[in-house]
Amino acid sequence: MVATKLDPKFKDEVSKTRGGQNIKRCYQCGTCNVGCPVREIEEKYNPRKIIRMTILGMRERVLSSEFIWLCSACYTCSERCPQDVRIADVMNALKNLAVKEGHVHSSFAKRLEVIEANGRLFPVSQFDNAKRKELGLPQIPPKNEEVQELCKLVGSSKPSNVGGGG
Amino acid sequence: MKYALFVGCLAPVMGRQFELSARKVAEKLGLELIDIEDFACCGFPLRSVDEETALLLATRDLCVAEGKNLDICTICTGCASTLAEAGKELSHDVGLREKVNEKLQKIGRAYKGEVKVKHFVRVLYEDIGLKKIKDQVKNSLEGLKLASHYGCHYLKPSDVFNEFEDPEVPKTLDQLISVLGAETVEYEEKIQCCGGVILDIDDNIALAMAQRKLEHVNAMGADAMVLMCPLCGSMYDRNQRVIERRFNASYGLPVLFYTQILGLALGIDPRELGLDMNRVKTSDLLSKLGF
Ligand code: SF4
Ligand code: SF4
Repeated sequence: MVATKLDPKFKDEVSKTRGGQNIKRCYQCGTCNVGCPVREIEEKYNPRKIIRMTILGMRERVLSSEFIWLCSACYTCSERCPQDVRIADVMNALKNLAVKEGHVHSSFAKRLEVIEANGRLFPVSQFDNAKRKELGLPQIPPKNEEVQELCKLVGSSKPSNVGGGG
Repeated sequence: MKYALFVGCLAPVMGRQFELSARKVAEKLGLELIDIEDFACCGFPLRSVDEETALLLATRDLCVAEGKNLDICTICTGCASTLAEAGKELSHDVGLREKVNEKLQKIGRAYKGEVKVKHFVRVLYEDIGLKKIKDQVKNSLEGLKLASHYGCHYLKPSDVFNEFEDPEVPKTLDQLISVLGAETVEYEEKIQCCGGVILDIDDNIALAMAQRKLEHVNAMGADAMVLMCPLCGSMYDRNQRVIERRFNASYGLPVLFYTQILGLALGIDPRELGLDMNRVKTSDLLSKLGF
């Protein structure tokens, strides 16, 4: 077996991250794997194992793993987990930590910038607004200054602002 | 009945017919929706990468509604769960609220913790009610077989919504369909997720998730699928051709927002409900109803 560097503090780090609070309660029953819609399609995706690896302290393996990005946030497992581990939120906590280590999935790399610039994930073009007018729908402003201020306030030091692999 | 309408990021670009039809049925049913320009992203798209900023964005939207003394009605299930979750946490956790407000004060905002958040369909169910809707039906949808699809974030996390629905065996959307005279059809894996959240991460998996549901619904001979989230709508309607090509299948299954079929039943002109904006043609369905 290949030796992997273990970080026994990793589970504490996750449990202190928003969403990860209950991770240490997991007793590996596997309920989360059963009925996970992503796993039904791709059996390499294994939420129970991701939690196991996290508790064991396989920090680097987990945070650089592409699998943590595959959770579709459907909350099926969170509802069914007998230990209230809130797996979907744990996945979010792991992704947040991964981002801090520079592992941003490419599809997320620019999100903060886009939202900062437009106040929304999908900018509404002039064409869209013209169409809205035709339909009697109210106009949507092209930007939101408060959001820009807010993003500046918290965003400048954020690694999620940088592009990167994943 | 009065709510601040939160249209979200998705509906205006990929579910305009949803926004349009929601406004029309609201008007018809005496539900007043107030537009607020200051609303911005609910924060959901950032949760994976930056929970802190995501929560600030959600709270800012709550502040905007609170400033107008209004509760929020969303048409996107993702916005509903994100804003409701933030609202619930902030009203219970004073420490968290203080921390968030410390930041928000720098842009001149502070949240007191008083805003309630509901999805449009929940407002129909709880605030308008099945009876009132039934009483207003002008064109019964009798003869139509409709398959409901509950967006995950309409149901879950269930504690965020104070267990208003049963996440394993949901019923509200089915009841709302039944009172219009249509038959609801059961199908396999009904509470299965659409996969939309991971479309940009792995489109093979996401589209395969959506394809499974199209298979199951089609197998039961449904005339259409009925849903309530612009992201689900984009997976089953906008991407249906892509799915058909990729999986060598053929469905041609109309996918309607609940507000569209409700509007038809209430006697609103199909053109006013944006039925021509649906990707999968709805003409057969309409002619079945005598339009
Ligand atoms: S369902 Fe909960 S307790 Fe069981 S393996 Fe999954 S996370 Fe652990
Ligand atoms: S929340 Fe994520 S891990 Fe849990 S069942 Fe859904 S896709 Fe699977």
